[in-house]
Amino acid sequence: MIALLLILVPLLSGLATFFIKEEGAAKAWSLFAAIATFAVAILGVAVFNGSQHLAFQTEWMGNLGSSFSIKADAMGMMLCMLTAISFPIIFVATWNTSYKKPNNFFGLMLLTQAGLMGVFLAMDALLFYFFWELALIPVYFLCSQWGGERRIAVTFKFFVYTFLGSLLMLVGLIYIWSKTGSFDIASFYAAGLGFKDQQWLFWLLFVAFAIKMPIFPFHTWQPDTYEQSPTAVTMVLSAIMVKMGVLGLLRWLLPVLPVGSLVLGDNPSTLAVIGIVYASIIAFRQNDMKRLIAYSSIAHIGLMCLAVFSEQKSAMQGVMIQMFSHGINILGMWIVVEIIERKFGTRKMSDLGGVAQKAPALAVFFFIIAFANIGLPLTNAFIGEFLMLNGVLNSKITAYGVAYAVSAGLAVILSAVYTLRMGRKVFLGVTNELTEKATDITFHEKAALAIIVGAILIVGVYPQPFLDMMSGISDSILKSADAVHLLKK
Amino acid sequence: MMFTGIMVKRNASVKSIAIAGMALLFVVNWMELKGTKLFNFDVSGFMSFGSFSLLFIAIALFSTLLYFLVSGNEMQKVGRYYSDYFALIFFITCGVILVSSFKSLLILFLGIEIITIPLYILAGADKKNLKSNEASLKYLLMGSFSTGIMLMGIALIYGSQGTFDTDKMKFVIEGGKTSNLQIAGMMLLLFSMAFKASVAPFHFWTPDVYDGAPTVFTSYMATVVKAAVFIGFIRLFENVFGTLSATWQLWIAVMIVATLFIGNITATFQQSVKRMLAYSSIAQAGFMLFAVYATNEAAIEGLLLYAAAYSLATIGVFAVVAKMNDYSFEGFNGLAKHQPLMALTTTICLLSLAGIPLTLGFLGKFYMLKAAVMTGKYLWLVIFAVMMAAVSAYYYFRVIQAMYFKEGPDNSTGATQLEKYTLVAICVIIVILGIFPNLLLNHLYF
Repeated sequence: MIALLLILVPLLSGLATFFIKEEGAAKAWSLFAAIATFAVAILGVAVFNGSQHLAFQTEWMGNLGSSFSIKADAMGMMLCMLTAISFPIIFVATWNTSYKKPNNFFGLMLLTQAGLMGVFLAMDALLFYFFWELALIPVYFLCSQWGGERRIAVTFKFFVYTFLGSLLMLVGLIYIWSKTGSFDIASFYAAGLGFKDQQWLFWLLFVAFAIKMPIFPFHTWQPDTYEQSPTAVTMVLSAIMVKMGVLGLLRWLLPVLPVGSLVLGDNPSTLAVIGIVYASIIAFRQNDMKRLIAYSSIAHIGLMCLAVFSEQKSAMQGVMIQMFSHGINILGMWIVVEIIERKFGTRKMSDLGGVAQKAPALAVFFFIIAFANIGLPLTNAFIGEFLMLNGVLNSKITAYGVAYAVSAGLAVILSAVYTLRMGRKVFLGVTNELTEKATDITFHEKAALAIIVGAILIVGVYPQPFLDMMSGISDSILKSADAVHLLKK
Repeated sequence: MMFTGIMVKRNASVKSIAIAGMALLFVVNWMELKGTKLFNFDVSGFMSFGSFSLLFIAIALFSTLLYFLVSGNEMQKVGRYYSDYFALIFFITCGVILVSSFKSLLILFLGIEIITIPLYILAGADKKNLKSNEASLKYLLMGSFSTGIMLMGIALIYGSQGTFDTDKMKFVIEGGKTSNLQIAGMMLLLFSMAFKASVAPFHFWTPDVYDGAPTVFTSYMATVVKAAVFIGFIRLFENVFGTLSATWQLWIAVMIVATLFIGNITATFQQSVKRMLAYSSIAQAGFMLFAVYATNEAAIEGLLLYAAAYSLATIGVFAVVAKMNDYSFEGFNGLAKHQPLMALTTTICLLSLAGIPLTLGFLGKFYMLKAAVMTGKYLWLVIFAVMMAAVSAYYYFRVIQAMYFKEGPDNSTGATQLEKYTLVAICVIIVILGIFPNLLLNHLYF
């Protein structure tokens, strides 16, 4: 029931939002709905965490071998939690931004949330595909309607890119279905496809997920889209939506096509490493803060992709923790950028400086989040990155583990360089006429940032419960993905 | 069985009578589908009404009914002969019924002719418009040419088989070889059906005819008629030439590629929404052709879904296009501001045409892909098709962009309450069947 509620609450409240014409009411209602969803997620973790509450199945398109089957396993629950916690924060942090036609904006936001929840919970391939697309459509409208100057062309590129990817995935799913006769995830895991089939299916599915994550060279839509979208949507895109791709790899690629992943795994790993280094270098050259964070996100996601294909337990746990941490951290970064942009009307680092003198609280929050973005010890990202690099280094299935780990480690250093450079240019130094009259942040901005900083520190200092939570699911993914074992048989 | 189509009314309430007549036909047909027979003529010698054809007829009649409701008023703009237009459409409906349930090749021929001859007239209904005249003439010349080819094909088949009855035909003789006469006849039939269904490389008439004909009639031509031709197509190639599939399957695969490519790529470059829809209808024909290519159970179900999805969505879009004064993409700028409801319904219909999940159009495409994958051959064909589907999203979304994200004056003439309700009903049906396709497909078996 909890799983169903996680989808239904945002869906129904989102549909209702379209009819609330008054701006304040629409905002309050959507915040309320987001908090309600969060409450459901908390209940799911803390109280009703038995499998009878977290799974739901009912008849749907029976003659296709597809059923409406959702289940919150540890990974799905964690991502739902991330989604549930992000939306209230996003709404609070952007409380003062006003939109044309607010009812449509907030309605579409909540529909996006419903779609995302569905992707994270779906245990049926066709259902997964449905939600995968459903999460995309509202985002398309959000970006095109409320984005920046070049929004229409940019969003369109984003849309066509991801649509093509998902259609390729659809072909792959249909092909697997034609072998199994059912879209159920268990039968997909048991499909036991031939060696040749696995190879080309691997590419079909990987491209779809790689576009979403994005992995070099499928990333070209991402910086433009992040830059042109309204910040609230950018937050959703980068904090949550990219996780759809990672989840796709973990749940729908590795276990379904173990042999393909084993044989071809070095290709995505290499692409990921290229992407990590390339994006880090480009991030270093950016002047626009949104673009800098966008490129930094490509580097972080690349590391996750690398870790997935190392097929090591520590790397799996690292990826799952990092999915959560990355979402929280980048959300924090966007909130800071949003505040700065609203205050000064610019995101160009060259125009800013000395903000720390005028807005000390903002600066403190920013630097903690920046440290987390770099992956300093005692922050959440350190745990994830350490585990992932460790896994890559010890990976048994690739011959280049050391090379990958070293280049990825290099990127961590680079991320320190560009993140701190941004901090220096914006917050330190002398004030200019633009930043002269700045004021510090308001209460609810502080509240939103405080929640994020709290999450960063808690996970960073005491990660054990999270690691325990992810242990079982990592094992089961690796067990299904154990191609060496399969080949021996 | 359903020859009540011959009605010529001259009073002012032509439209209401036409709607009532169509609704009556629909009800009678539905009862037939459910096993309640009102009339009992024995036509088993040359027609066969299985649940497949009856269900398609139901879809066709229902679409026509919606079409009357939503576009009936537009016909008044075309010319003076209001009641004649309705009568012609009833004739076409009669042809649709013949084509979708033929058992004898002669009935197929008859049905195709009953469909096309009224269409020649309707295409040229706007007498003072040169483009309309051109469309009519072009359609007539090309159409009669292909009819000739079809007749030749039928003659060759008759010559070799000695019968028109599709059940009695046998194509493989003892040695496992088929005579050249039969192959030639089959190919001629393939080409002529491809022509009628506007499949590349026989599509050249389509853009000009669809663009030139009055928009209301284009709407009908591009939907129910086209779907019916495909039903005839698949019946012909599944029941009659099914044993020869090895000879024509590759031909059809090539045609699919050509159709999808030409339709989608050309549609991308159009400046007029109406012309874009004409090319997109070629592209959609490419997808429907998958059913003929695969000829399995999924193809049958898929073609029904696709026919319903495509007809409903296209009728919905054309109904709005017909209300516009300016058919270019710029003409749609800012429509969402002036006519929010019309823009919303158009959006849902376009999403369905593009094949976005939760709409019937997605399931249509899904079934087609499924049918093609199940044949186990030519997987590149499927991958090519989905790439083309992504291209199609490009031009459908251009309309959505124009309506929602650009500013412009109100170019539409507005819609009456009844038309608005019908548009909403179309969208509701698209979405509901998009989630629960079994509501439609179950009738195929029970």
